[in-house]
Amino acid sequence: MAANGKIQVFNPMGFPPKVTHKPLAPRLDTLDGKTVYLVDCRFDDSDIFLQQMQAWFADNMPSVKTVFKPISSVYTKDDPATWEEIKANGDAAIVGVGH
Amino acid sequence: MSIDGKYGVPAVAVHTDIFHPVTQAVVRVNGMPRMRQVYVQQPIMGKTPAQLREAIDGQDLITKRPFMREVIEGLTKPLAAADTKDSSFDRSTPRFLEPDTEENLEKLFRDNFWSDMLPIVMPTEERVEAMLKGTSRKRDEMVGRMRPTNFREFWAFDVEKVAVNAVMAGARPEHFPVILAMAASGQSARGSTTSSAAAMAVVNGPIRKELDMNSGTGAMGPYNFANAVIGRAWGLLSTNLQGGSTPGLTYLGSQGNNYAYTSITYAENEERSPWEPFHVQHGFKADDSAVSLFRGCRSTAFTLGLRERFWETHVTNLLRGMDPHNPPVYVLDPITAQQFIDRGGFDTKEKLIEWTRKSAMMEMEEYWDYQLIQNYIYPRATYGEEPYASKLNVAPGTMIPMFEEDEIHVVVVGGETNGYWRIMGASYGATVSVDEWR
Repeated sequence: MAANGKIQVFNPMGFPPKVTHKPLAPRLDTLDGKTVYLVDCRFDDSDIFLQQMQAWFADNMPSVKTVFKPISSVYTKDDPATWEEIKANGDAAIVGVGH
Repeated sequence: MSIDGKYGVPAVAVHTDIFHPVTQAVVRVNGMPRMRQVYVQQPIMGKTPAQLREAIDGQDLITKRPFMREVIEGLTKPLAAADTKDSSFDRSTPRFLEPDTEENLEKLFRDNFWSDMLPIVMPTEERVEAMLKGTSRKRDEMVGRMRPTNFREFWAFDVEKVAVNAVMAGARPEHFPVILAMAASGQSARGSTTSSAAAMAVVNGPIRKELDMNSGTGAMGPYNFANAVIGRAWGLLSTNLQGGSTPGLTYLGSQGNNYAYTSITYAENEERSPWEPFHVQHGFKADDSAVSLFRGCRSTAFTLGLRERFWETHVTNLLRGMDPHNPPVYVLDPITAQQFIDRGGFDTKEKLIEWTRKSAMMEMEEYWDYQLIQNYIYPRATYGEEPYASKLNVAPGTMIPMFEEDEIHVVVVGGETNGYWRIMGASYGATVSVDEWR
């Protein structure tokens, strides 16, 4: 018991990991002539949404090549195979729809 | 984040607007606070293509700028100094809080979502010291790691941290080995899922009697000290040792779940069960003490007994009413457990489980149209994972099982005041030793 009716108690929170900075990738100069992957997280109709984004690019920026790419499994798992494919064959990615 | 930060491909993440706070928090603690993120209306589920195109043609709901302009600039606008500034930081917290009155500390715990909003027992040095006497383990021994969902970071904890939360729940030192076992499992009772899932714990072995746990009348209700405080401790330690369970940030359950207060914690009625105890089914000896942990508790179906003429139809009706992504756990009063033997000849739990798989069938189109099946099973099926791929590669109209045998479980609990019984929709996580934590 501390003074003045005050008590000392433990902090109930666990030990958080240290946050380590990860740099963002350099941005592109332009999307003209570039390949943009539309990565479907396969959650709650995200495929329909991304297909509409694909249509938007076709209507408004036809010089951009888009690739609709569903992830290899469920959104809770990392998907290195898909990321490697995009790194090898693409220039940028739009990933969605998260929640 | 992986594609941008790890693979060096510029990326933009699309989210729905209600998740703006949580997505900002996640990128911050992953060291990418300037990750490009854009926001559309919640929900997109069930919208027509035309409605979704309208959203794409509209504004980002956070910045109020044209949505596609945000997307394109996110991929092409050069990085600024703020983007490249080191965002590393240390989140170490002090072992003790600043001394204060008990009333103020109660409020502090509530304001920080460190409690379950009911009054807590203050974790003073004296009480934590007493709790630590409930185990032979050293106070600074690391127990495990926990996180609220798969894509969040793990937080770690030692024996002392678990003791702090056990004290808060009102537990006593003799309860501590069960609580440590729950913590060591790494299974959270406070998953952040939007589905508002709660958890369930079933205790087996001699520890049930040592702690005077209830497996009989009222076992799943507020009528037993050990059942209540052990279950409450699991919830509180999950909240605090995984890094929080704060609505909108680390808890996203749309409706919430009253089961979460004590996480449906009870002892199996081994003495009156006609079958093998649950922990023995999972590799333990009958005289071992163990606790089995389930997640995803949302749905509960019930009926009374098993009628001679239509019992199979009645049970199948209950199973058919469940979401096929939320497998059944039979929670049977001993009276009904015996009826399953008398009516169906299920003299082992395994035979009831086998019958359940064969009886709970659904037309394939209906099964694959469930939203949770689309979200979590369909992706796995399309990449050939069994048994899901075989369920997908059948002719339209084919009846397929809703659940697989390894997903279906049976527990016996109750005081035989009547043959009421339930099916709890829940996923089995693990059975862990209590004895190792004595």
